[in-house]
Amino acid sequence: MENQSCVLIQTEWDIVAARQLGRNVAKEVGFGTVDQARITTAISELARNIYIYAGEGQVCIEKIIKNGQAGLRIVAVDKGPGIPDIRLAMEDGYSTSGGLGAGLPGVKRLMDDFEIDSSLGSGTEIKASKWIR
Amino acid sequence: MNKTIDNYIQTQREEILKKWIEKMKGKSDERVLKVVSDQVFISTSREFMDLIISNLKDSNEKYNERLHEFAEKIVKLAWPLSFVTEGIHVFSRIVFEGMKADNIITEENHLDAFYSLDHWIIPMTTEIVNIYSTTWERTVSLQKIALQELSAPLIPVFDGVSVMPLIGAIDTERAKQIMENLLNGVVKNRSEVVLIDITGVPVVDTMVAHHIIQAADAVRLVGAKCMLVGIRPEIAQTIVNLGINLNQFTTKNTLKKGMEAALEIMKKKIITVEETE
Repeated sequence: MENQSCVLIQTEWDIVAARQLGRNVAKEVGFGTVDQARITTAISELARNIYIYAGEGQVCIEKIIKNGQAGLRIVAVDKGPGIPDIRLAMEDGYSTSGGLGAGLPGVKRLMDDFEIDSSLGSGTEIKASKWIR
Repeated sequence: MNKTIDNYIQTQREEILKKWIEKMKGKSDERVLKVVSDQVFISTSREFMDLIISNLKDSNEKYNERLHEFAEKIVKLAWPLSFVTEGIHVFSRIVFEGMKADNIITEENHLDAFYSLDHWIIPMTTEIVNIYSTTWERTVSLQKIALQELSAPLIPVFDGVSVMPLIGAIDTERAKQIMENLLNGVVKNRSEVVLIDITGVPVVDTMVAHHIIQAADAVRLVGAKCMLVGIRPEIAQTIVNLGINLNQFTTKNTLKKGMEAALEIMKKKIITVEETE
């Protein structure tokens, strides 16, 4: 797909790279500073999840247009162990790594659309988009 | 064979240079074009050519010296390494093909020629890669040290009041240092109030928040109070969206406001001294 750029997540510093990419694209699309912060934070959460749980994966940032509305989509893909119970993972305060457990539900609130697809043993794919209002 | 190659390069010098520059121009992408101006490119190409000729006629020692100098110069020019190594290969290919076209290299001696060419191309590539990588390694290790130095200082500002300004991304390593410096500093400076300033932290995600909350909890355990200052409006909104609970903190939007609050806790005040004659 055109208008898509990806960052491989292998080390903790790749999270910063993904974030920077996201911020730049968000700026290009025309998001305000608050939405830029929301988008970068969401990317940070998703990339960190990949780093912590899957070890490695990829975060892609896409510019999207629907019904004349511009937006940005984050696609985070990994081939990690997968999430056993998505409903539980989407609950506030649930964490298997001793964190705050606000990551996934937080991303859902930070973005406008949120899709999660995960199967045990074969990985997780999360798509989250935000539209310019 | 060395002599023949040498002769060929000497006589065909301008021709080779022209071909080479043409080929490399086609290879260079935007990244290269940005750092390499035409003039520099041509003058450096000439120098490279001289270097190769010097390899063929000067003593080994002198050549190594020149190679070292040349490689260092290239590194300073910030040419991409891939571009430089590609350049060397393209050069040897042009020479080889040129000599073949002129029937200097024939079926019988082409192995020999290949070997000779390789013999000076390989050490050259190795030396250049070496100098590149040592330069990079040095830069990375220096930056690591520099980063550690500005990682998380705890600065005592008044009796009992300390500030920890955080700047840049917070990773696990830094979070550890923040915690250590905070606790050691609080005990050492006998701080009663610690202000953590996050004005310079670009993104506060759940991990960063988690580390700050833990640090604040630990500070409370050693008997001091922790305040979070420098929360920019957009960060405030993302924290709310993430659903992070910072209720146990006193938070202020600027360091100045935090300082005022800290002084209030310490029952101190900053007053203007009236001038007396």
